[in-house]
Amino acid sequence: MTDLSHLKADFPVLSNGVHFLDSAASSQKPIPVLEAMDHFARTSYANVHRGAYKLSVAATDAYEAARRRVARFIGATDEREVIFTRGATTSLNTVAFGWGQQNLNPGDRIISTEIEHHANLVPWQMVAKRTGAVLDHVPMTDDFRLDLDAYEAKLGPDVKVVAVTGMSNVLGTMPPVRRIADLAHSHGARVVVDAAQLVPHSTIDVNDLGADFLAFSSHKMLGPTGIGVLWGRMDALEETEPFEGGGEMISDVTLFDATWADIPHRFEAGTPPIVEAVGLHAAIDYLDSIGMDQVLRHDRELTEIALDRLGDVPGIHIQGPRELEDRGGVISMSMDGVHAHDLATILDEGGVAVRAGHHCAKPLMRRIGVAATARASFYVYNTEEDIDALVNGLRRAGDLFGVGS
Amino acid sequence: MSLEDLYREVILDHYRNPRNKGHLDHPDSVAEGVNPLCGDEITIELRFDGEVVAAIAVAGQGCSISQSSASMMSEAIKGKTRAEIETMTRQFRDMMSLDGEADIGIDPERPGAVLGDLEALQGVRKYPVRIKCASLGWNVLLDALGGDGAHS
Repeated sequence: MTDLSHLKADFPVLSNGVHFLDSAASSQKPIPVLEAMDHFARTSYANVHRGAYKLSVAATDAYEAARRRVARFIGATDEREVIFTRGATTSLNTVAFGWGQQNLNPGDRIISTEIEHHANLVPWQMVAKRTGAVLDHVPMTDDFRLDLDAYEAKLGPDVKVVAVTGMSNVLGTMPPVRRIADLAHSHGARVVVDAAQLVPHSTIDVNDLGADFLAFSSHKMLGPTGIGVLWGRMDALEETEPFEGGGEMISDVTLFDATWADIPHRFEAGTPPIVEAVGLHAAIDYLDSIGMDQVLRHDRELTEIALDRLGDVPGIHIQGPRELEDRGGVISMSMDGVHAHDLATILDEGGVAVRAGHHCAKPLMRRIGVAATARASFYVYNTEEDIDALVNGLRRAGDLFGVGS
Repeated sequence: MSLEDLYREVILDHYRNPRNKGHLDHPDSVAEGVNPLCGDEITIELRFDGEVVAAIAVAGQGCSISQSSASMMSEAIKGKTRAEIETMTRQFRDMMSLDGEADIGIDPERPGAVLGDLEALQGVRKYPVRIKCASLGWNVLLDALGGDGAHS
């Protein structure tokens, strides 16, 4: 068993004993992240890339150091391939509108999947309507995986982009991105990976992964809200037009025209999230001090224990793969006769924080055939005690509603 | 305040066995509402006899609070005039109000004297995120009645 229980003390929010099982929505921040942001804001803060004074130079250095740190964390060979955004959603919209709107023509096909978060689905719907491209989806199999045979059958020369999640925020399923990407590339399509759940929980090397674009958020990986990353392969970024115009992203501006700054700055219009970049840097340092292999192993061990123990709770159905292979620490469940919101309220009374609802994946919920699930998700600070509290709360819910009686 | 106060037996009974469930053959008015955050859905159909709601049907899906509230409401308003329903709506809103200042005169000695079974929902006020669940059916009802202020 991977024992990370000593880490819990690093997270002030958890000191009141809450069993926080909603990290897939947003994670908690450890003291080193809070202190790094506080220290920077107190000592070195100024706007970046524009001041001639020492404070602005220091802030710019810190901001660019964060970019280099992110690049190293995900195996990017060129730090210019790392773009700071407001979050994974903005990253995906940057690809859809910056790349998609430029490069898609009527009749071109976009392939997404049935298991996507709305953030990797709705922008493509919007771009499809604007460009005349056609949106298609890889179906899910009955064991909560992507149907790769169906995917292969959909590929063809008219497919220009494949948009797939690296890990489902509802099911925990981790699709085989490398294989999906290789197949897409053999047909000349670009590959966009929503890695909002993947990057916080596993070792990523963007060159091994095979994606052309990768999107993720800081706040799901122990960092602050308000900052995320779009990584793009340089040749893919060169095909991408800026999605937002404004300060910082230009080379020259006249009253009627403008030319763009170099990559990555052309994609970072306006004042960026500077303090947040420092916080993300500290979060990555913290995660690397644990080791991402350890993080994934720990999440998987908790998932295994939880799946095993949840199997004994009357009326519980797990909406996701039962086997641990290619699966992360997200468990969606439903209980016969008890709605997910009621489960969440009852669990909350026992100090257990879970998410209940459609998890911003309504097409997937329709495919599964439930309106809502209760979702428990694990991260570095969770322990077996959290699972005990979860299981006890679910039993209490079953008793209150007379499940199985 | 305990979970047993929130999930009273009468609430669970209406959740498991919703009253006036389904659809009317020839409704005079239909309205539907969803809570986009959680996905709860309620459709209400009404048939009028003058100023009186002669028939009501409720359809939808969602949590025990939203569905039981709509079920109890359907029983409470059937056969009532628009004016009577407006009064009940106001009383229900007051019962759900967070500040608890509005006293609608619920008496533990005479349970149900003011709002019938609906009084069982007074515990919801202690769970603020669930108030919107209890209120969904009432908001849809106001739409169906064609009244103003359907979305409080």
